[in-house]
Amino acid sequence: MKAICFNFAIHQPVRLKRYRFFDIGNDHYYYDDFLNDDIITRIAQQSYIPACEALLRMIESTNGAFRCSLSITGDALEQIEQYVPELLDLLKKLADTGKVEFVAETYAHSLASLFDPDEFAAQVKANCERIEALFGRKPKVIRNTELIFSDEIAPQMLAMGFKGCITEGAKHILGWKSPNYVYAAASAPKLKLLLKNSKLTDDIARRFSDTSWDAYPLTADKYIDWIASTPAEEQIITLCMNLDTFGGLQPASTGIFQFLEALPRFAAERGIEFWTPSDAVTKLKPVDTLSVPYPMSAADEARDCSAWLGNMLQKEALRKLYEAGERVRLCEDRRLKQDWLYLQASDHFYYMSTKHFADGAAASAFSPYETPFQAFTNYMNVLADFLVRVDEQYPLSVGNEELNALLKTIRNQEQEIETLTREKESMRQDLEQYNIEHKNRPAAEAPAAEEKPKAKRRCKKADKKA
Amino acid sequence: MFGWEFPPHILGGLGTASYGLTQGMSQCGNMDITFVIPKPWGDEDKSFAHIVGASQVPVAWRDVNRDYVEQRIGKVMDPDLYFALRDHIYADFNYMRTNDLGCIEFSGRYPDNLLEEINNYSIMAGVVARTIDCDIIHSHDWLTYPAGIHAKQVTGKPLVIHVHATDYDRSRGNVNPTVFNIERDGMINADHIITVSNLTRQTVIEKYGIDPAKVTTVHNAVVPLSEELLNVTAQKPKEKIVTFLGRITMQKGPEYFVEAAAKVLKNNHNVRFVMAGSGDMMDKMITLAAERNIADRFHFPGFQKGKQVYEMLKSSDVYIMPSVSEPFGISPLEAMQMGVPSIISKQSGCAEILDNVIKTDYWDIDAMADAINAIISYPALYQQLREDGLAEVARITWDKAGQKVIDIYNKVLNQR
Repeated sequence: MKAICFNFAIHQPVRLKRYRFFDIGNDHYYYDDFLNDDIITRIAQQSYIPACEALLRMIESTNGAFRCSLSITGDALEQIEQYVPELLDLLKKLADTGKVEFVAETYAHSLASLFDPDEFAAQVKANCERIEALFGRKPKVIRNTELIFSDEIAPQMLAMGFKGCITEGAKHILGWKSPNYVYAAASAPKLKLLLKNSKLTDDIARRFSDTSWDAYPLTADKYIDWIASTPAEEQIITLCMNLDTFGGLQPASTGIFQFLEALPRFAAERGIEFWTPSDAVTKLKPVDTLSVPYPMSAADEARDCSAWLGNMLQKEALRKLYEAGERVRLCEDRRLKQDWLYLQASDHFYYMSTKHFADGAAASAFSPYETPFQAFTNYMNVLADFLVRVDEQYPLSVGNEELNALLKTIRNQEQEIETLTREKESMRQDLEQYNIEHKNRPAAEAPAAEEKPKAKRRCKKADKKA
Repeated sequence: MFGWEFPPHILGGLGTASYGLTQGMSQCGNMDITFVIPKPWGDEDKSFAHIVGASQVPVAWRDVNRDYVEQRIGKVMDPDLYFALRDHIYADFNYMRTNDLGCIEFSGRYPDNLLEEINNYSIMAGVVARTIDCDIIHSHDWLTYPAGIHAKQVTGKPLVIHVHATDYDRSRGNVNPTVFNIERDGMINADHIITVSNLTRQTVIEKYGIDPAKVTTVHNAVVPLSEELLNVTAQKPKEKIVTFLGRITMQKGPEYFVEAAAKVLKNNHNVRFVMAGSGDMMDKMITLAAERNIADRFHFPGFQKGKQVYEMLKSSDVYIMPSVSEPFGISPLEAMQMGVPSIISKQSGCAEILDNVIKTDYWDIDAMADAINAIISYPALYQQLREDGLAEVARITWDKAGQKVIDIYNKVLNQR
């Protein structure tokens, strides 16, 4: 028994506009709406919508034997809601089939897991809530931004209540081991790990239309054959790719959609099932624990975090950003909070990578900037303005702890006022009571005097009766 | 090779480039290079090329004895060579203004009678070509094209011309027809044309109507700096320093620098701007700086030479070259060698080979101001550009350029 576990990711960053340093302090809107609209609409038309339609057809034609999972970032969801709501309807339809699982992501596709555990938790929570609100399903499995994972992150994921995590099957971690099993995290043995099969993923995502590849052209028949010919004990093939692989990276003209839609038929012939990540982590037992001392990711050949942390520019920008983290979480300004999320998207730091000077132009192909230096300059200008705004809310001269105490005081004030008011009320009541009692004492005789005639009357009555 | 400038007595980038290339070619081995310059001073580096001074080449017969020659010009030329050259005088040039040795005097600069000097240089080249046996003739820049053509006609050897600049770069499009004709004549007669950038190659092809097949780009490089220059001491003021170094002429786009400076100073006061150099637009720039009300932060220290250049770079935080049209532009490479992050215009040839610099359009003063501000405000950007720039510029060496030129020679020779 073998199964394929598909995870399709949808993410689009909210790209920044050209923001000059003389805009700092003057202009607080940072985004290139035209570009973002253009990109998300184009990708939706070319890729997301036809791909979702294909998935829907696959589920219907197999009577639910085909299952897969989706992970969508908050950044992407917001843009989809704003610019291509028809895609959202399609996603809801997919959710309604019950065969599509939603996997948790970080809200902003951020690197928070590496810098700021509180922020990481907050973002995952925000993303789960958003998914639940829109699709009525609560994610049970998580995949971090770009499959980033390390021993340090694992316990956090478990603490957030996730049963499993999808991450990279990096060669330097696995060694001779195969990614086609369920593993457990060494630092949190209750967290099950599904490892991406890089080779089989890249066969689709990268090599599908490569005419110089010796396996070209790739057919569904051949592909399923490869999966079927893996050793019989290897039960789960995890394939993680961006949804825009279909129709975007591999254009529709390459036949990628036909390939995708043909997969269930050939899989059925070879007795291969499709599972969601939740199926996999409930049905399979971990074969071993896996320790990942240094963070790994799905990016580049090195499968490390150097695509976002490879040079001084990136480190500086990230440091400056996350230094403000605690401070921003204290703020309550909604726009500020939204900017904070948008600015965290890992893409901004990817654009600053100077790695591609050496090894191909992979990074530059997706960058809206001409050079990494321009990307850095623009981002830092925006960040400078953002930090000014944070500072306006709470001046940096006040330490975080001090501020926290002050804020607590402020927030507790209302309660305190209420208690005090209540206390005051009761005191007043007491006082009145007391006054009444006091007034009553000298007047005590008066009612007594009044009572006398009554008593007399009663006496009279009693006399009469008598 | 025919050239006009040779270090240490140089007036612009031409001399530096000629020197570096010749040295790089000699490093590739098996080369015997004779380099003809108008006026040697005797302190040139002769380790990799024979330096022949045009001022010492006789074009008219004089009956002089060996001792006299030795005493007159022994410092710059071997008397044997003088006599060998004297044996190859091909016409009577006594009507020219010649000296006691039968030589024409050259200034080796860019005097007002430049066209006359170019012509004289070409006459002299006839003698050199008849005397010195060679396989290939290489002319550096338009001043020496006529000499190259003459030598080609005399010897029948192939001519390669090296376009360091065209008149389109120097004049922003208003070309001098005489210069244009000399340049075009050189290009038509050349067997192959080497340009210092693809930008220049495009100019040669489009403006001069040359067959693209015979134009090849060989980017310039830099000679590694000596320890002494790398360790020059310079005073570092409190403020950040942004430097422009070069001729203050239309080609270099100085006005864009002033405008960008005005923009930066609006928001950031902790910075000073330096425009070092001289040129016909200097007065205009001083006026412009005053008009923009930034004269207190914008300085004109004048022409810098030798070590001063490196002291200036050492104390700088940003180097800027907003050239409107720069065939190559070697100065940002020198700034990078000194560890100064550079901002260059996209209209510069060196932008084609440099990654660790900030490139903007020369007219985009907003982008330029933004870049200046970014480098001085964000230490990480400064560090990144500085360190990766040092590493990058260390890889740009003349022997690689030299090898490309040698490959072109071989190709030209095989075509025959």
